[in-house]
Amino acid sequence: MKWELTERIRIRAPARMKFDKARQTDMLLLPERVVRLNPTAGAILWLCDGERTVARMIEDLETKYNQTNLQPDILAFLTEAIGRGWVEICP
Amino acid sequence: MSVSIPYAMTAELTHRCPLHCVYCSNPLELQKRESELTAQEWIDVFEQAGDMGIVQVHLTGGEPLLRPDLNELVVHARESGLFLNLITSGVGMTERRIRQLARSGIDSVQLSVQAPEAGLADTIAGTKAHEHKERAAKWIRAAGLPLHMNAVLHRQNIHLVEDLIELCASWGADRLELANAQYYGWALLNRRQLLPTRDQLIAAEAAFARAKERFGHRIELIWVIPDYYEDYPKPCMGGWGNLSLTVTPDGTVLPCTAASGIKSMKFESVKERRLKWIWEESASFNAYRGFDWMAEPCRNCEHRFRDFGGCRCQAYLLTGDPSRADPVCARSPHHRLVTEALPSESEFDPLQRPSYSYRGK
Ligand code: SF4
Ligand code: SF4
Repeated sequence: MKWELTERIRIRAPARMKFDKARQTDMLLLPERVVRLNPTAGAILWLCDGERTVARMIEDLETKYNQTNLQPDILAFLTEAIGRGWVEICP
Repeated sequence: MSVSIPYAMTAELTHRCPLHCVYCSNPLELQKRESELTAQEWIDVFEQAGDMGIVQVHLTGGEPLLRPDLNELVVHARESGLFLNLITSGVGMTERRIRQLARSGIDSVQLSVQAPEAGLADTIAGTKAHEHKERAAKWIRAAGLPLHMNAVLHRQNIHLVEDLIELCASWGADRLELANAQYYGWALLNRRQLLPTRDQLIAAEAAFARAKERFGHRIELIWVIPDYYEDYPKPCMGGWGNLSLTVTPDGTVLPCTAASGIKSMKFESVKERRLKWIWEESASFNAYRGFDWMAEPCRNCEHRFRDFGGCRCQAYLLTGDPSRADPVCARSPHHRLVTEALPSESEFDPLQRPSYSYRGK
Protein backbone atom coordinates (compact mmCIF):
# COMPACT_ATOMS: atom_id res chain seq x y z
CA MET A 1 0.00 0.00 0.00
CA LYS A 2 1.24 3.46 -0.98
CA TRP A 3 0.86 6.12 1.69
CA GLU A 4 0.36 9.86 1.35
CA LEU A 5 1.70 11.44 4.50
CA THR A 6 -0.93 14.16 4.32
CA GLU A 7 -3.74 11.65 4.80
CA ARG A 8 -5.73 11.45 8.01
CA ILE A 9 -6.67 8.17 9.62
CA ARG A 10 -9.51 7.37 11.93
CA ILE A 11 -10.82 4.35 13.81
CA ARG A 12 -13.41 2.69 11.63
CA ALA A 13 -16.87 2.84 13.20
CA PRO A 14 -18.24 1.08 15.12
CA ALA A 15 -14.84 0.12 16.56
CA ARG A 16 -13.76 2.09 19.61
CA MET A 17 -10.58 2.44 21.60
CA LYS A 18 -10.57 1.96 25.33
CA PHE A 19 -7.94 2.01 28.01
CA ASP A 20 -8.94 -0.80 30.32
CA LYS A 21 -8.10 -0.06 33.92
CA ALA A 22 -8.55 -3.62 35.13
CA ARG A 23 -5.88 -4.96 32.76
CA GLN A 24 -3.91 -1.73 32.36
CA THR A 25 -3.91 -2.15 28.58
CA ASP A 26 -5.34 -0.48 25.50
CA MET A 27 -8.09 -2.37 23.76
CA LEU A 28 -9.90 -2.04 20.50
CA LEU A 29 -13.57 -2.90 20.90
CA LEU A 30 -15.47 -4.34 17.96
CA PRO A 31 -18.97 -5.81 17.72
CA GLU A 32 -17.89 -9.44 17.69
CA ARG A 33 -14.48 -9.25 19.26
CA VAL A 34 -12.14 -7.47 21.59
CA VAL A 35 -8.52 -6.88 20.61
CA ARG A 36 -5.98 -6.52 23.37
CA LEU A 37 -3.31 -4.19 22.01
CA ASN A 38 0.36 -4.12 22.81
CA PRO A 39 1.63 -0.71 23.98
CA THR A 40 2.94 0.43 20.56
CA ALA A 41 -0.16 -0.66 18.66
CA GLY A 42 -2.24 1.16 21.26
CA ALA A 43 -0.12 4.30 20.99
CA ILE A 44 -0.53 4.40 17.21
CA LEU A 45 -4.26 3.74 17.25
CA TRP A 46 -4.94 6.43 19.83
CA LEU A 47 -3.46 8.91 17.34
CA CYS A 48 -5.84 7.78 14.59
CA ASP A 49 -8.23 10.56 15.53
CA GLY A 50 -9.19 11.73 12.05
CA GLU A 51 -7.43 15.05 12.65
CA ARG A 52 -3.73 14.32 12.71
CA THR A 53 -2.06 13.65 9.38
CA VAL A 54 0.06 10.54 9.02
CA ALA A 55 3.15 12.75 8.99
CA ARG A 56 2.10 14.30 12.27
CA MET A 57 1.41 10.89 13.80
CA ILE A 58 4.91 9.74 12.93
CA GLU A 59 6.38 12.91 14.36
CA ASP A 60 4.40 12.55 17.59
CA LEU A 61 5.38 8.92 18.02
CA GLU A 62 9.04 9.61 17.33
CA THR A 63 8.95 12.28 19.99
CA LYS A 64 7.10 10.04 22.41
CA TYR A 65 9.54 7.15 22.04
CA ASN A 66 12.54 9.39 21.49
CA GLN A 67 13.45 7.58 18.27
CA THR A 68 13.85 8.33 14.60
CA ASN A 69 13.03 6.27 11.52
CA LEU A 70 9.77 4.91 12.86
CA GLN A 71 7.98 5.67 9.59
CA PRO A 72 8.33 2.21 7.96
CA ASP A 73 7.06 0.38 11.05
CA ILE A 74 4.17 2.76 11.56
CA LEU A 75 3.09 2.58 7.93
CA ALA A 76 3.34 -1.21 7.96
CA PHE A 77 1.13 -1.33 11.04
CA LEU A 78 -1.40 1.09 9.55
CA THR A 79 -1.57 -0.98 6.36
CA GLU A 80 -2.32 -4.05 8.40
CA ALA A 81 -4.88 -2.20 10.53
CA ILE A 82 -6.69 -1.08 7.38
CA GLY A 83 -6.70 -4.66 6.10
CA ARG A 84 -8.28 -5.83 9.33
CA GLY A 85 -10.90 -3.10 9.17
CA TRP A 86 -9.73 -1.38 12.36
CA VAL A 87 -9.00 2.01 10.80
CA GLU A 88 -9.80 3.86 7.61
CA ILE A 89 -8.51 6.81 5.63
CA CYS A 90 -10.70 9.87 6.08
CA PRO A 91 -12.49 10.80 2.85
CA MET B 1 -5.69 -21.62 40.03
CA SER B 2 -5.42 -18.12 38.64
CA VAL B 3 -8.65 -16.63 37.40
CA SER B 4 -8.71 -14.52 34.24
CA ILE B 5 -10.62 -11.27 33.78
CA PRO B 6 -13.73 -11.71 31.63
CA TYR B 7 -14.09 -9.70 28.42
CA ALA B 8 -17.76 -10.02 27.61
CA MET B 9 -21.15 -10.33 29.22
CA THR B 10 -24.35 -11.56 27.64
CA ALA B 11 -27.25 -9.75 29.28
CA GLU B 12 -30.53 -11.58 28.73
CA LEU B 13 -32.79 -8.66 29.55
CA THR B 14 -35.98 -10.68 29.22
CA HIS B 15 -37.09 -14.10 28.07
CA ARG B 16 -40.27 -12.65 26.59
CA CYS B 17 -40.26 -12.65 22.80
CA PRO B 18 -42.84 -11.99 20.10
CA LEU B 19 -41.24 -14.76 18.05
CA HIS B 20 -41.41 -18.50 18.74
CA CYS B 21 -38.41 -19.74 16.79
CA VAL B 22 -38.19 -23.51 16.71
CA TYR B 23 -34.38 -23.34 16.96
CA CYS B 24 -34.34 -21.01 19.97
CA SER B 25 -31.66 -21.99 22.47
CA ASN B 26 -33.42 -20.33 25.39
CA PRO B 27 -34.36 -22.74 28.20
CA LEU B 28 -37.66 -24.59 28.12
CA GLU B 29 -38.64 -22.94 31.41
CA LEU B 30 -38.74 -19.37 30.19
CA GLN B 31 -38.51 -16.83 32.99
CA LYS B 32 -41.58 -14.69 33.61
CA ARG B 33 -41.78 -10.92 33.51
CA GLU B 34 -42.33 -10.75 37.29
CA SER B 35 -38.95 -12.32 37.95
CA GLU B 36 -36.98 -9.93 35.70
CA LEU B 37 -34.36 -7.63 37.20
CA THR B 38 -35.48 -4.02 37.47
CA ALA B 39 -33.75 -1.24 35.54
CA GLN B 40 -31.89 -0.24 38.70
CA GLU B 41 -30.66 -3.79 39.23
CA TRP B 42 -29.41 -4.04 35.64
CA ILE B 43 -27.68 -0.68 35.90
CA ASP B 44 -25.88 -1.93 38.99
CA VAL B 45 -24.86 -5.11 37.13
CA PHE B 46 -23.42 -3.06 34.24
CA GLU B 47 -21.46 -0.92 36.68
CA GLN B 48 -20.03 -4.00 38.40
CA ALA B 49 -19.22 -5.49 34.99
CA GLY B 50 -17.30 -2.39 33.89
CA ASP B 51 -15.39 -2.27 37.18
CA MET B 52 -14.24 -5.88 36.93
CA GLY B 53 -12.88 -5.45 33.39
CA ILE B 54 -15.76 -6.53 31.17
CA VAL B 55 -15.64 -4.34 28.08
CA GLN B 56 -18.36 -5.70 25.84
CA VAL B 57 -22.02 -6.43 26.49
CA HIS B 58 -24.45 -8.28 24.26
CA LEU B 59 -27.97 -7.10 25.03
CA THR B 60 -30.22 -9.99 24.17
CA GLY B 61 -33.14 -12.07 25.35
CA GLY B 62 -35.73 -13.08 24.31
CA GLU B 63 -36.34 -9.79 22.62
CA PRO B 64 -34.57 -6.92 24.41
CA LEU B 65 -36.81 -4.35 22.70
CA LEU B 66 -39.65 -5.62 24.89
CA ARG B 67 -38.04 -3.81 27.82
CA PRO B 68 -39.54 -0.32 27.79
CA ASP B 69 -36.58 0.84 29.89
CA LEU B 70 -34.02 -0.35 27.32
CA ASN B 71 -32.90 3.17 26.49
CA GLU B 72 -32.23 3.97 30.14
CA LEU B 73 -30.20 0.75 30.46
CA VAL B 74 -28.17 1.68 27.38
CA VAL B 75 -27.36 5.14 28.69
CA HIS B 76 -26.04 3.74 31.96
CA ALA B 77 -24.23 0.77 30.44
CA ARG B 78 -22.40 3.17 28.15
CA GLU B 79 -21.45 5.31 31.14
CA SER B 80 -19.86 2.19 32.59
CA GLY B 81 -17.55 2.15 29.55
CA LEU B 82 -19.11 -0.86 27.84
CA PHE B 83 -19.29 -1.55 24.10
CA LEU B 84 -22.95 -2.37 23.44
CA ASN B 85 -24.20 -4.84 20.91
CA LEU B 86 -27.98 -5.18 20.57
CA ILE B 87 -29.18 -8.60 19.40
CA THR B 88 -32.73 -8.36 18.14
CA SER B 89 -35.40 -9.89 15.95
CA GLY B 90 -36.31 -6.34 14.89
CA VAL B 91 -39.86 -6.82 16.12
CA GLY B 92 -40.76 -3.88 18.33
CA MET B 93 -38.33 -1.58 16.55
CA THR B 94 -39.43 1.76 15.19
CA GLU B 95 -37.34 4.29 13.35
CA ARG B 96 -37.54 6.65 16.30
CA ARG B 97 -36.58 4.04 18.83
CA ILE B 98 -33.46 2.82 17.08
CA ARG B 99 -32.33 6.38 16.40
CA GLN B 100 -32.68 7.15 20.10
CA LEU B 101 -30.85 3.95 21.07
CA ALA B 102 -28.01 4.84 18.72
CA ARG B 103 -27.76 8.29 20.29
CA SER B 104 -27.79 6.76 23.75
CA GLY B 105 -24.82 4.54 22.99
CA ILE B 106 -25.70 1.32 21.18
CA ASP B 107 -22.57 0.54 19.15
CA SER B 108 -23.81 -2.23 16.90
CA VAL B 109 -26.90 -4.24 16.13
CA GLN B 110 -27.31 -7.84 15.15
CA LEU B 111 -30.59 -8.49 13.36
CA SER B 112 -31.84 -12.05 12.94
CA VAL B 113 -33.53 -13.44 9.86
CA GLN B 114 -35.10 -16.89 9.59
CA ALA B 115 -35.31 -17.52 5.84
CA PRO B 116 -35.02 -15.64 2.53
CA GLU B 117 -38.77 -15.32 2.05
CA ALA B 118 -41.65 -14.43 4.35
CA GLY B 119 -43.65 -17.66 4.09
CA LEU B 120 -40.92 -19.97 5.33
CA ALA B 121 -39.42 -17.39 7.69
CA ASP B 122 -42.74 -16.89 9.46
CA THR B 123 -43.29 -20.65 9.71
CA ILE B 124 -39.92 -21.01 11.46
CA ALA B 125 -40.56 -18.02 13.74
CA GLY B 126 -44.12 -19.13 14.46
CA THR B 127 -45.40 -15.64 13.80
CA LYS B 128 -45.47 -12.93 11.15
CA ALA B 129 -42.22 -11.08 11.56
CA HIS B 130 -40.25 -11.25 8.34
CA GLU B 131 -41.69 -8.23 6.56
CA HIS B 132 -41.00 -5.95 9.45
CA LYS B 133 -37.34 -6.98 9.44
CA GLU B 134 -36.69 -5.35 6.11
CA ARG B 135 -37.87 -2.05 7.51
CA ALA B 136 -35.86 -2.62 10.69
CA ALA B 137 -32.74 -3.17 8.58
CA LYS B 138 -33.32 0.14 6.82
CA TRP B 139 -33.82 2.03 10.09
CA ILE B 140 -30.72 0.50 11.67
CA ARG B 141 -28.61 1.79 8.80
CA ALA B 142 -30.36 5.13 8.74
CA ALA B 143 -29.46 5.51 12.42
CA GLY B 144 -25.81 5.29 11.37
CA LEU B 145 -25.28 1.83 12.84
CA PRO B 146 -23.56 -0.99 10.99
CA LEU B 147 -26.00 -3.73 10.04
CA HIS B 148 -24.90 -7.14 11.17
CA MET B 149 -27.25 -10.02 10.53
CA ASN B 150 -27.51 -13.61 11.58
CA ALA B 151 -29.45 -16.63 10.38
CA VAL B 152 -29.68 -19.97 12.12
CA LEU B 153 -29.42 -22.86 9.67
CA HIS B 154 -31.27 -26.15 9.92
CA ARG B 155 -33.02 -28.70 7.77
CA GLN B 156 -35.76 -26.33 6.55
CA ASN B 157 -33.55 -23.50 5.35
CA ILE B 158 -30.02 -24.81 4.88
CA HIS B 159 -30.57 -25.36 1.15
CA LEU B 160 -31.28 -21.63 0.85
CA VAL B 161 -27.89 -20.37 1.99
CA GLU B 162 -27.19 -18.41 -1.18
CA ASP B 163 -30.64 -16.83 -1.16
CA LEU B 164 -30.13 -15.83 2.46
CA ILE B 165 -26.84 -14.17 1.58
CA GLU B 166 -28.45 -12.37 -1.39
CA LEU B 167 -31.25 -11.13 0.80
CA CYS B 168 -29.01 -9.80 3.56
CA ALA B 169 -26.68 -8.16 1.05
CA SER B 170 -29.66 -6.47 -0.61
CA TRP B 171 -30.77 -5.15 2.78
CA GLY B 172 -27.32 -3.59 3.19
CA ALA B 173 -25.80 -5.97 5.74
CA ASP B 174 -22.09 -5.45 6.41
CA ARG B 175 -21.82 -8.87 7.97
CA LEU B 176 -23.83 -12.05 8.04
CA GLU B 177 -23.31 -14.93 10.38
CA LEU B 178 -24.72 -18.21 9.12
CA ALA B 179 -24.87 -20.33 12.22
CA ASN B 180 -25.82 -23.95 12.10
CA ALA B 181 -28.30 -24.62 14.88
CA GLN B 182 -26.88 -25.59 18.25
CA TYR B 183 -28.95 -28.14 20.10
CA TYR B 184 -29.93 -26.57 23.40
CA GLY B 185 -33.29 -25.55 24.80
CA TRP B 186 -36.05 -25.52 22.21
CA ALA B 187 -33.66 -26.54 19.45
CA LEU B 188 -32.88 -29.78 21.29
CA LEU B 189 -36.60 -30.42 21.64
CA ASN B 190 -36.95 -29.99 17.86
CA ARG B 191 -33.73 -31.75 16.99
CA ARG B 192 -35.35 -34.42 14.83
CA GLN B 193 -36.97 -31.75 12.69
CA LEU B 194 -33.93 -29.50 12.56
CA LEU B 195 -30.81 -31.60 12.02
CA PRO B 196 -29.84 -31.42 8.36
CA THR B 197 -28.67 -34.49 6.49
CA ARG B 198 -25.02 -34.85 5.56
CA ASP B 199 -25.83 -34.29 1.88
CA GLN B 200 -27.64 -31.08 2.72
CA LEU B 201 -24.68 -29.89 4.72
CA ILE B 202 -22.16 -30.66 1.99
CA ALA B 203 -24.28 -28.82 -0.58
CA ALA B 204 -24.66 -25.84 1.77
CA GLU B 205 -20.93 -25.61 2.42
CA ALA B 206 -20.33 -25.55 -1.32
CA ALA B 207 -22.98 -22.87 -1.77
CA PHE B 208 -21.38 -20.82 0.99
CA ALA B 209 -17.95 -21.09 -0.64
CA ARG B 210 -19.42 -19.97 -3.99
CA ALA B 211 -21.13 -16.98 -2.43
CA LYS B 212 -18.02 -15.99 -0.51
CA GLU B 213 -16.14 -15.90 -3.76
CA ARG B 214 -18.85 -13.96 -5.55
CA PHE B 215 -19.43 -11.34 -2.84
CA GLY B 216 -15.77 -10.81 -1.97
CA HIS B 217 -15.41 -7.93 0.46
CA ARG B 218 -18.91 -6.55 -0.09
CA ILE B 219 -20.23 -8.46 2.90
CA GLU B 220 -18.34 -10.27 5.62
CA LEU B 221 -19.61 -13.83 5.70
CA ILE B 222 -19.18 -16.11 8.69
CA TRP B 223 -19.96 -19.80 8.77
CA VAL B 224 -20.57 -21.45 12.14
CA ILE B 225 -20.10 -25.20 11.78
CA PRO B 226 -22.63 -27.78 12.93
CA ASP B 227 -20.77 -29.61 15.67
CA TYR B 228 -22.87 -32.79 15.31
CA TYR B 229 -21.05 -33.46 12.05
CA GLU B 230 -17.57 -32.79 13.42
CA ASP B 231 -15.12 -35.31 14.85
CA TYR B 232 -13.97 -32.97 17.58
CA PRO B 233 -16.01 -30.57 19.69
CA LYS B 234 -16.05 -26.80 19.53
CA PRO B 235 -13.85 -24.93 22.03
CA CYS B 236 -16.98 -23.94 23.88
CA MET B 237 -16.89 -20.43 25.35
CA GLY B 238 -13.10 -20.50 25.07
CA GLY B 239 -13.23 -22.53 28.27
CA TRP B 240 -15.63 -22.49 31.20
CA GLY B 241 -15.37 -19.27 33.23
CA ASN B 242 -12.52 -18.01 31.08
CA LEU B 243 -13.69 -15.23 28.74
CA SER B 244 -17.30 -14.34 29.39
CA LEU B 245 -20.42 -14.77 31.46
CA THR B 246 -24.18 -14.57 31.03
CA VAL B 247 -26.75 -12.90 33.27
CA THR B 248 -30.27 -14.24 32.81
CA PRO B 249 -33.42 -12.10 33.18
CA ASP B 250 -33.77 -12.88 36.90
CA GLY B 251 -30.11 -12.20 37.67
CA THR B 252 -28.74 -15.74 37.64
CA VAL B 253 -25.12 -15.73 36.49
CA LEU B 254 -24.04 -18.50 34.12
CA PRO B 255 -20.70 -19.40 32.53
CA CYS B 256 -22.58 -19.93 29.24
CA THR B 257 -26.08 -19.07 28.00
CA ALA B 258 -26.99 -22.75 27.75
CA ALA B 259 -25.83 -23.60 31.28
CA SER B 260 -29.26 -23.17 32.88
CA GLY B 261 -29.96 -26.54 31.24
CA ILE B 262 -27.51 -28.20 33.66
CA LYS B 263 -29.98 -29.14 36.36
CA SER B 264 -27.36 -30.80 38.53
CA MET B 265 -25.65 -27.47 39.25
CA LYS B 266 -26.57 -24.49 41.36
CA PHE B 267 -25.85 -21.04 39.96
CA GLU B 268 -25.54 -17.81 41.93
CA SER B 269 -27.57 -14.62 41.49
CA VAL B 270 -26.56 -10.98 41.34
CA LYS B 271 -29.34 -10.44 43.86
CA GLU B 272 -27.27 -12.20 46.51
CA ARG B 273 -23.67 -11.83 45.45
CA ARG B 274 -21.35 -9.40 43.72
CA LEU B 275 -20.63 -10.28 40.09
CA LYS B 276 -16.89 -10.33 40.76
CA TRP B 277 -17.32 -12.79 43.63
CA ILE B 278 -19.46 -15.07 41.46
CA TRP B 279 -16.85 -14.98 38.69
CA GLU B 280 -13.88 -15.57 40.95
CA GLU B 281 -15.13 -17.58 43.91
CA SER B 282 -18.37 -19.40 43.16
CA ALA B 283 -18.42 -23.18 42.99
CA SER B 284 -20.27 -23.10 39.67
CA PHE B 285 -17.68 -20.96 37.89
CA ASN B 286 -14.79 -22.92 39.34
CA ALA B 287 -16.28 -26.34 38.63
CA TYR B 288 -14.81 -26.70 35.13
CA ARG B 289 -12.09 -24.09 35.04
CA GLY B 290 -8.72 -25.22 33.80
CA PHE B 291 -8.03 -28.91 33.23
CA ASP B 292 -7.95 -30.64 36.62
CA TRP B 293 -11.63 -31.59 36.55
CA MET B 294 -11.22 -33.65 33.40
CA ALA B 295 -11.65 -37.41 33.29
CA GLU B 296 -10.59 -39.73 30.50
CA PRO B 297 -10.51 -39.44 27.52
CA CYS B 298 -9.88 -35.68 27.90
CA ARG B 299 -7.48 -35.86 30.83
CA ASN B 300 -4.53 -36.95 28.73
CA CYS B 301 -5.72 -35.85 25.32
CA GLU B 302 -3.45 -33.60 23.28
CA HIS B 303 -6.47 -31.57 22.09
CA ARG B 304 -7.58 -30.46 25.54
CA PHE B 305 -5.80 -27.09 25.41
CA ARG B 306 -7.58 -26.29 22.17
CA ASP B 307 -11.14 -27.47 22.80
CA PHE B 308 -11.30 -27.66 26.64
CA GLY B 309 -13.13 -30.96 26.30
CA GLY B 310 -15.97 -29.27 24.40
CA CYS B 311 -19.26 -28.08 25.80
CA ARG B 312 -20.23 -28.87 29.42
CA CYS B 313 -23.89 -28.19 28.67
CA GLN B 314 -23.92 -30.62 25.77
CA ALA B 315 -22.14 -33.24 27.89
CA TYR B 316 -24.86 -32.88 30.51
CA LEU B 317 -27.79 -32.76 28.11
CA LEU B 318 -26.72 -35.89 26.25
CA THR B 319 -24.97 -37.99 28.92
CA GLY B 320 -26.37 -36.60 32.19
CA ASP B 321 -22.92 -35.64 33.51
CA PRO B 322 -21.40 -32.23 32.72
CA SER B 323 -17.87 -33.40 33.53
CA ARG B 324 -17.70 -35.90 30.69
CA ALA B 325 -16.16 -35.27 27.29
CA ASP B 326 -18.55 -33.54 24.91
CA PRO B 327 -20.13 -36.53 23.11
CA VAL B 328 -19.58 -34.76 19.80
CA CYS B 329 -15.99 -35.97 20.21
CA ALA B 330 -15.21 -39.17 18.35
CA ARG B 331 -13.09 -40.22 21.35
CA SER B 332 -16.02 -39.94 23.75
CA PRO B 333 -17.47 -43.31 24.86
CA HIS B 334 -20.88 -41.65 24.36
CA HIS B 335 -20.23 -40.50 20.81
CA ARG B 336 -22.99 -42.72 19.43
CA LEU B 337 -25.54 -40.46 21.19
CA VAL B 338 -24.62 -37.92 18.54
CA THR B 339 -24.15 -40.16 15.52
CA GLU B 340 -27.40 -41.98 16.19
CA ALA B 341 -29.26 -38.68 16.20
CA LEU B 342 -28.10 -37.83 12.69
CA PRO B 343 -30.82 -38.30 10.11
CA SER B 344 -30.28 -40.64 7.19
CA GLU B 345 -31.01 -39.43 3.67
CA SER B 346 -33.89 -41.87 3.30
CA GLU B 347 -35.52 -40.61 6.46
CA PHE B 348 -35.62 -37.09 5.05
CA ASP B 349 -38.73 -36.22 3.11
CA PRO B 350 -38.71 -32.60 1.96
CA LEU B 351 -42.43 -32.64 1.31
CA GLN B 352 -43.39 -33.72 4.76
CA ARG B 353 -44.37 -30.84 7.00
CA PRO B 354 -42.36 -30.86 10.21
CA SER B 355 -44.26 -30.95 13.48
CA TYR B 356 -42.47 -28.40 15.61
CA SER B 357 -42.64 -27.51 19.27
CA TYR B 358 -42.78 -23.74 19.03
CA ARG B 359 -40.82 -21.82 21.65
CA GLY B 360 -43.12 -20.52 24.38
CA LYS B 361 -46.34 -21.65 22.72
S1 SF4 C 1 -34.36 -17.27 18.70
FE1 SF4 C 1 -36.36 -16.44 18.09
S2 SF4 C 1 -37.73 -16.98 19.78
FE2 SF4 C 1 -35.63 -17.22 20.54
S3 SF4 C 1 -35.19 -15.27 21.50
FE3 SF4 C 1 -34.43 -15.16 19.39
S4 SF4 C 1 -36.13 -14.25 18.24
FE4 SF4 C 1 -36.97 -14.93 20.18
S1 SF4 D 1 -11.07 -36.34 24.18
FE1 SF4 D 1 -11.69 -34.45 25.17
S2 SF4 D 1 -9.98 -33.02 24.89
FE2 SF4 D 1 -9.70 -34.74 23.44
S3 SF4 D 1 -10.63 -34.02 21.54
FE3 SF4 D 1 -12.22 -35.17 22.66
S4 SF4 D 1 -13.31 -33.63 23.86
FE4 SF4 D 1 -11.37 -32.69 23.17
